[in-house]
Amino acid sequence: MTIRGKACVVGAYEHPTRKAEDKSVAQLHAEVARGALADAGLTKADIDGYFCAGDAPGLGPLSMADYMGLKLRHLDSTDTGGTSYLIHVAHAAQAIALGKCNVALITLAGRPRSEGHSGTQPRTWGANLPDAPFEAPYGVVTTNSYAMVAMRHMHEFGTTSEQLAWVKVAASHHAQHNPHAMLREVVTVREVLDSPVIADPLHRMDCCVVSDGGGALIVARPEIANNLKRPIVTLRGAGESPKGQAGGKLSLTTSGAAWSGAAAFAEAGLKPADIQYASIYDSFTITVVMQIEDLGFCKKGAGGKFVAEGNLISGSGKLPFNTDGGGLCNNHPANRGGMTKVIEAVRQLRGEAHPKVQVKNCGLALAQGTGGQLGTRHGSATLIFERS
Amino acid sequence: MAARKIPPPAVNPENKAFFEAAAQGKLLIKKCGACGEFHHYPRSLCPHCFSDKTEWQNAGGTGTVYTYSVLRRGVPEPYCIAYVTLDEGVSMLTNLVDCDFDAVKIGMQVRVVFRSTDGGPPVPMFTAV
Repeated sequence: MTIRGKACVVGAYEHPTRKAEDKSVAQLHAEVARGALADAGLTKADIDGYFCAGDAPGLGPLSMADYMGLKLRHLDSTDTGGTSYLIHVAHAAQAIALGKCNVALITLAGRPRSEGHSGTQPRTWGANLPDAPFEAPYGVVTTNSYAMVAMRHMHEFGTTSEQLAWVKVAASHHAQHNPHAMLREVVTVREVLDSPVIADPLHRMDCCVVSDGGGALIVARPEIANNLKRPIVTLRGAGESPKGQAGGKLSLTTSGAAWSGAAAFAEAGLKPADIQYASIYDSFTITVVMQIEDLGFCKKGAGGKFVAEGNLISGSGKLPFNTDGGGLCNNHPANRGGMTKVIEAVRQLRGEAHPKVQVKNCGLALAQGTGGQLGTRHGSATLIFERS
Repeated sequence: MAARKIPPPAVNPENKAFFEAAAQGKLLIKKCGACGEFHHYPRSLCPHCFSDKTEWQNAGGTGTVYTYSVLRRGVPEPYCIAYVTLDEGVSMLTNLVDCDFDAVKIGMQVRVVFRSTDGGPPVPMFTAV
């Protein structure tokens, strides 16, 4: 059995806020849900499946389903950090293919900016974590975890800070056209290198923004999508894979994208060269380089060279990416960037990206995410969509 | 500048022996009696073959730096996080201490030292040989 062709993204909505001091997190979940329903041309009563991650207020999906007044027959609160929302799309397609629901709502919201969270602070996931006693004393945080990956990638493959900076440069070229982006100024490689070092070898401009907000998606069976007035975006392939420390047999220079990507391409019956647009999770510049290598857009170790040739810039590069400005420049709501990756891929396939960054006749797009930490353990997910 | 307070490890029945040994200045790692593989962090069941015949072994306490990063912003004082690959073959997350952070290199030889934590047992860290 396959999910290929079994479900469509019919609604997508990115909250315009980047700082939501005057709103609650639950309110943001409901606002993005309403936005995605309006985008799809559906009503709340149409929803019979609901997906959120573990960071949503309450026990799994229970509080949010109750807050929004949803009547459901399918629930899922898989949490793999920032990539959860890609997995939710795949799981929604599975549920739809099995007849467990018809219209699935996926929501993300959070206020890390208003609440003062940043990537140099430790994050805790509970007292019974088996790994924490062997990691928390050493001050592993988001930034230095990814920085260790970058350092090792540089050691093994000769990747340079200049090459990593090109990821940010490309994102900034796209963000200049997005009126909602937090950082709209086009930056140069030199400006990235001149920004302060946060965690060697990563500079401030190698890091994504911290923003409040959220987003939502509506996934529905094709028969429903065909009766709506929106362009039809169909899921063609999906893969998911966790990766960790392998009991100490450590390899930090390969991400779970090597497995989730291969699975998604196999299900879609496609190869990397077929992809016209890619949303690539850009928690840090190194995250992008790792994932484009592991997805097969270039050879392992050649990602630095690939991005430094300007290949990520829409209109001139081979692999236009994150045309909304991505997490590096636009938005990283709730410290979880998977949702906005799917949303921009949907915009591209609908032809609704900004005209300056819209890929011509975009018929095949990929969304890739990693969540958790590349330097310790992470979840990877890959989705491939087509315009039908 | 104030030195970084080292958060104490959460000691539980499964990892207690590791931290009791650390208090004696000994670094323990787990070896599986069934498949013969070392692993870290320590588990009761081998993450490679899932046997419950895992045993504590004294590690030699020397290894090489697999990767590292000095966190310089948003903290009271810069500190160096690293993975060290022990001579037994497993890599462990740790800190590099008592060394010039600007001279740290991947592949550098290091040896274990123990540092006290804020109200808990000491933990293994590493310094240049």
